[in-house]
Amino acid sequence: MKILGFMLLVSGWAIVLTAVALLTRDVPRAAFVLAGIGVEIVGFGVLVRAHPVRRGERE
Amino acid sequence: MSSAGSTFSATTSVLCVIFILLVPLAGAGLALINTGLGRSRSAAQLMMSSLCVMSVAAIVYFVFGFAFQGYPGNPAHTMAMGGKSWSWLGDGHLFLHHVAFDGSPKSLAALLGMFGAGLAALIPLGAGSDRWRLGACCISTTLLGGWVYPLFAHWVWGGGWLAQLGANYGLGQGFVDSGGASTIQVMGGVTALSIAWILGPRQGKYAHDGMPGAIPGHNAVLVLFGCLLTLVGWLGLNSAGAIVFNGVDAGVSVLVAINTILPAASAALAAALITNARFGKPDASLTANGWVGGLAASSGACAFMQPLSAVIIGAVAGFLVTFSVEWFELHMSADDPGGSISAHAMGGLWGVLSVGIFAHVPLRGAEGVSGTIVAHPGQWLAQLVGIATLIGFVLPLTYCFNWLLNRVYPQRVSAEGERQGMDLHDLGAGAYPEFLTHSEEFTER
Repeated sequence: MKILGFMLLVSGWAIVLTAVALLTRDVPRAAFVLAGIGVEIVGFGVLVRAHPVRRGERE
Repeated sequence: MSSAGSTFSATTSVLCVIFILLVPLAGAGLALINTGLGRSRSAAQLMMSSLCVMSVAAIVYFVFGFAFQGYPGNPAHTMAMGGKSWSWLGDGHLFLHHVAFDGSPKSLAALLGMFGAGLAALIPLGAGSDRWRLGACCISTTLLGGWVYPLFAHWVWGGGWLAQLGANYGLGQGFVDSGGASTIQVMGGVTALSIAWILGPRQGKYAHDGMPGAIPGHNAVLVLFGCLLTLVGWLGLNSAGAIVFNGVDAGVSVLVAINTILPAASAALAAALITNARFGKPDASLTANGWVGGLAASSGACAFMQPLSAVIIGAVAGFLVTFSVEWFELHMSADDPGGSISAHAMGGLWGVLSVGIFAHVPLRGAEGVSGTIVAHPGQWLAQLVGIATLIGFVLPLTYCFNWLLNRVYPQRVSAEGERQGMDLHDLGAGAYPEFLTHSEEFTER
């Protein structure tokens, strides 16, 4: 789960970079940047799920 | 956003040095806040850790950090992508060779960067307090201050690809960060999140049903005095950053100072009002976190916005910090005694984003900078690319570094050491020797 979360984070960033580098028109570029951030948010959600609350943490 | 020109006037240089020399007070304030919000039996170890990470950060930044960060116009490693040159790492000299210590913008950038690396390294201490070993936080600081911080600082402040988004792709003025909302605050905040996840929560933090319990800070006076100190440091940090990295005229530092105090004030008041409405009384620790969150948010656009915008930015930051502290505890298993993740990461992210919304003040009389910064969609997009980089690259990188470190050198203290307290375990003596350890903190709730 953690690896999947981090892969999604990095993939989202790659989408953002690719959009900036390869797209020239404003609207598609902005749409892909937002899509990349969306993928990052999903990845972050997966990461949160991969770190569940440790119930009953005691000495 | 292009940086300053190759020279400053003597007055600007002197003012800038004075501003930079205020920055360590921000570090002192953060150390006091983190210590006050931790347990009494870890107070001396936390202050000692603060001193050590500042020292380690200064040395690694001196040895190779600034070489990696670089300075606009200096040699850098580049790669071609989409027909454009992307500068991704500085190619300077180790040990600050070839830096003339004469008040030039480059020398001022090196000095400010040294303190900035220390500040970024102090932030995770708040998230790891009461269980992060002294040696581990020093090694972790080596990775942060020597690699991660300079790398991202090059992209933003060293003429790297984020700063060049405007020139290369027409995205506003490129990624703008006047005082380190991204390079220092979010950098430290996401590292704090990594540390909180890797270390796990403190013993006794979570009950069997998964609900977090409150472990109050041991000294509210330290916390609130730390807040006052951070303000002084932030005044220097934001003013110096605006001059050194954004090339604004020294006179704009009046506006920067106003735009630093106002977000802190409105964020603290927002946090106090929210906690008063929710709990019947204002909460000192959350108000302090709100104050710091407001300061972190102010760093993004402090030189480029109107004071009214600063008030709004602070109020939003206070709201975000207050609720995110609870959310991180409840839903993310992130035991963050100092509220570092909320105050610095959330506040800083909001500060970065606010540049795209509120930044519209034209630069006046700037040295070496032409044009104005006006809020427009391209600027929005540049700021979003920076945020995507912080979450999609910096967070995985810091987590990976600290996870690897944890494999070879366990970062968390043993259960017995945590029960004793970090003071006794790491230092052999407590901060308050007349105090007794309260064993009831470990009884079942």
